[in-house]
Amino acid sequence: MVHWSAEEKQLIASVWGKVSVEECGAEALARLLIVYPWTQRFFSDFGNLSSPTAIIGNPKVRAHGKKVLTSFGEAIKNLDSIKDCFAQLSKLHCDKLHVDPENFRLLGDILIIVLAAHLTKDFSPACQATWQKLVGVVAHALAHKYH
Amino acid sequence: MVLHANDKTNVKAVFGKIGGQAEELGAETLERMFAAYPQTKTYFPHFDLAKGSAQVKGHGKKVAAALVEAANHVDDIAGALSKLSDLHAQKLRVDPVNFKLLGQCFLVVVASRHPALLTPEVHASLDKFLCAVGTVLTAKYR
Repeated sequence: MVHWSAEEKQLIASVWGKVSVEECGAEALARLLIVYPWTQRFFSDFGNLSSPTAIIGNPKVRAHGKKVLTSFGEAIKNLDSIKDCFAQLSKLHCDKLHVDPENFRLLGDILIIVLAAHLTKDFSPACQATWQKLVGVVAHALAHKYH
Repeated sequence: MVLHANDKTNVKAVFGKIGGQAEELGAETLERMFAAYPQTKTYFPHFDLAKGSAQVKGHGKKVAAALVEAANHVDDIAGALSKLSDLHAQKLRVDPVNFKLLGQCFLVVVASRHPALLTPEVHASLDKFLCAVGTVLTAKYR
């Protein structure tokens, strides 16, 4: 089980409180598809992903980004049982979606950059350190049921 | 990973705007890296890593200067960083995985200080550039 100090829990909550799940989720997913274009392989039915502008404006990307970050919010509500929380999602990503877990790490890093851009100077080094730990734990949990 | 014309343009434009604060950006990048990835501190047992450390500031300045140099010679990063590449291979031998961690922290610094500058396209180009720098610095490892 992952241990979270009181300070870490505070940093997680305070950042999350300032985040628009819809906006940040959409932006994080769009940037994943733009910065690491090979990740588009999972979204062949999303329509037009032909340019950064197309990706940013794509309604399916926005909707899915919101879905992904909403799910991330579940981890935040269940910091002491993230592996259990994502057990089903992990099986889904392995058995049905066939997503290489490396993609979870890529998205986690992109999310951090999106948070930094939104929070600017409020995204202190301590904030970043806590959130890098969180995205790492989430990525690990999503990969946990892979076989 | 090849830098296309638009990547080079984006990289030069970014460094044109932030190059003047290179020292601060370098220091903050290292500070963030040591906080988020404590294992990176193992390369600096001889440093005072407390907040505001003069050694970290000095080293951050060196790191940033190297990135600026690479950006100014983006058509030939290998040439521009050849001596640094030798140094990393023969003396420093920093495990290749750490260049990615430094790169992530540099992007976070740019994002937090210049969010408007880091559009998705620029983000992509800068990420590629940082990968290219890491590749050059580890190219002579074996």
